[in-house]
Amino acid sequence: MLNIFVVYVENKPGVLTRVASLFRRRAFNIDSLTVGRTEKPEVSRMTITVDTNPDQAKRIEANLYNLVNVLLVENITHEPAIARDLAMIKVAATHEARSHVLELASVFRARVVDVAPESLTIEITGGEDKIDGLLEVLRPYGVVEMVRTGIVAMRRGTTSAGANPAQTKTAELAADEGVSYSV
Amino acid sequence: MTKTGAQILWECLEREGVKHVFGYPGGAILPAYDALKHSDIHHILVRHEQGATHMADGYARASGEVGVAVATSGPGATNMVTGIATAMLDSSPIVCITGQVGSKLIGSDAFQETDITGITLPITKHNYLVTHADQLARVLREAFYVARSGRPGPVLVDITKDAQQSACEFDWEAARPQLPGYRPDLSPEESEYAQALELIHKAKRPLILAGHGIIVSGAMAEVLTLAEKAGIPVALTLLGLGAFPASHPLNLGMMGMHGEAWVNHAIQEADLLLALGMRFDDRVTGNLKTYAQDAKKIHIEIDPAEINKNVKVDVALVGDLREVLKELLPRVESVDHSDWLDSIDKLKGDSAVRDVQKLPDNGHLYAAHVINDLWRETRNSNTVVVTDVGQHQMWEAQYFKHEKARSLITSGGLGTMGFALPAAIGAKVARPEAEVWVIVGDGGFQMTMSELATIQQEKLKINIAIINNGFLGMVRQWQEFFYERNYEATPLLNPNFVKLAEAYGIRSMAVTERSQVLPSVRAARDHDGAVLIDFKVEQEDTVYPMVAAGASLNDMIRRPSPIVETATDE
Ligand SMILES: Cc1ncc(C[n+]2csc(CCOP(=O)(O)OP(=O)(O)O)c2C)c(N)n1
Repeated sequence: MLNIFVVYVENKPGVLTRVASLFRRRAFNIDSLTVGRTEKPEVSRMTITVDTNPDQAKRIEANLYNLVNVLLVENITHEPAIARDLAMIKVAATHEARSHVLELASVFRARVVDVAPESLTIEITGGEDKIDGLLEVLRPYGVVEMVRTGIVAMRRGTTSAGANPAQTKTAELAADEGVSYSV
Repeated sequence: MTKTGAQILWECLEREGVKHVFGYPGGAILPAYDALKHSDIHHILVRHEQGATHMADGYARASGEVGVAVATSGPGATNMVTGIATAMLDSSPIVCITGQVGSKLIGSDAFQETDITGITLPITKHNYLVTHADQLARVLREAFYVARSGRPGPVLVDITKDAQQSACEFDWEAARPQLPGYRPDLSPEESEYAQALELIHKAKRPLILAGHGIIVSGAMAEVLTLAEKAGIPVALTLLGLGAFPASHPLNLGMMGMHGEAWVNHAIQEADLLLALGMRFDDRVTGNLKTYAQDAKKIHIEIDPAEINKNVKVDVALVGDLREVLKELLPRVESVDHSDWLDSIDKLKGDSAVRDVQKLPDNGHLYAAHVINDLWRETRNSNTVVVTDVGQHQMWEAQYFKHEKARSLITSGGLGTMGFALPAAIGAKVARPEAEVWVIVGDGGFQMTMSELATIQQEKLKINIAIINNGFLGMVRQWQEFFYERNYEATPLLNPNFVKLAEAYGIRSMAVTERSQVLPSVRAARDHDGAVLIDFKVEQEDTVYPMVAAGASLNDMIRRPSPIVETATDE
């Protein structure tokens, strides 16, 4: 099944390559990967989705932790979470079709963001199923171009354990002041 | 205090306890070499950068300390790749320092520019590109810490030429590692200990699988106590040899593709496998579908990514093996497993006949004899054997009895031919008081024999035993079994190894008869410089038993008739 990992990493050059390289090397197939900034400048956040079984999901988590720059990994597949994908779909929509397409868009609560003589561009945000659903009904009209961001996800409710990974970890290191790293 | 990056490099290495580095200079690392004159670190000039990495690796495996290799950018750095991968697969702590073109030239395909951090990304535990002198101290401290902590491994630090040349304020104390996500020190939950103990106490046919992690963690005494207290026999992986004394009554011997037949049978019949610091490599499990079907499995391992990777286990204790065992031991009850031990003894049956010393001399020289004689002759001294890869490596594992940890150094995970000679140099540098023997095939020897010059330049007393069968023996063996004896590309036309060694000023002799083995070994030991012995052994000898790749562990190709008959056949 589709597993959703939220991965906090140090915001340093090359970290995305390390994560991507790990998935390639271990032959774990990434379904989607998004990366962006967080509220902390030194921390980036990835949402990675992988179609896999629970055992392999655990190994993915452990392997991610083996990357020195990875701060925290959460598998939120079975947690109450909000997962969103954003798509822009350019549909061939001539005069006759135009009103049908607009109607469909509004049923899916999608927005029209560009209108051209031969096409409409629709922006939709939502779970993957919703976007797949819209895509399916638009296909007969002719999808000219489409782009999807891949899933971004977040736990529901109050702050998750991962909200501030860098701070927790740095604090732990600081508390370790007595430890000599060169022993 | 203001220092250049090059000065900071050597000072940090000194502070990390480094006394020797193995390296080879070139343009992009020259500023660092220039600053070496101010340092007490002894630089060993190698003949090929692959050799430098294997030396650092051998140094690390012999001593448990981090080994250091240095090379220039481009071809110097790429020559290190095989050695880095070798260290990675065998969890050996090395730090590789490479020079890089100036930071402004990066990405321009400048002369001798290569993206070595990109190339080595999947074969290092971690790596760094340093473009400013003021990053260097922290990065080097992190590199050593990452290399030696947790599950050890290679770390590469690529330093641009301008970072070596420019100066900055150097403050060791302030350059503390900043590794907010790095977690080398996991420990198991209490409930996991309880589950493990329950399985241990319930087991009727338990078996310890002893791996390299025992040596890395320094848990030899704890494993011994565990085995004795709970009456559990011990089977070892290739890299585990030495972790448990060979002469101990509970030691069964090596498992796996060329393991002892009774060990593989015992694994298949066990009802509990207690895997200690080993990773269920395909060379020790055979076909996973049929592997140890009746056994519950407990896995004590420092790397969580190894859990359930190849073999699904019932209980996993993730943590430093020694710490985990210290926690576990007081709660382990002693159990009598004499029935189980007796039944394993019976499994030995006629395979125990394989005491090669009892075989009459039939005029042929067998590798098994050479290795067994070498063991008998050196068993009471502080011996380190470094083997290469192939048949001789397996015969060494079978016929040289290792009593102590770090007395065998061999490339297991990557199976890197050419490893032995340079790794032995590293081992000798790390432990000058040890008697170091290289056991190497005629094929693998020729991959890195240029390091004979390094041995001489450093005046190292290393003894080299070439097991010369005129073939790429292990490949020939596969051709014999699986390719209808089509010996394609495996016969070797060799140089005269005795003359070759003499060209380097190394004392040398060739041995063709069994009666000459002991005298030649004694002569080598008596000589105070390096010695090479060319043992011209039986050409088409075969390593038995053998579990064919993909076959079940108990499905072994056995010696056609007992060796006694084979030996007197002709
Ligand atoms: C670098 C490298 N290339 C190829 C191999 C494949 N290989 C494994 S064993 C072997 C033959 C080794 O021959 P030799 O060194 O003469 O030792 P022997 O098996 O005869 O003891 C080869 C070619 C390898 N392990 N490493």
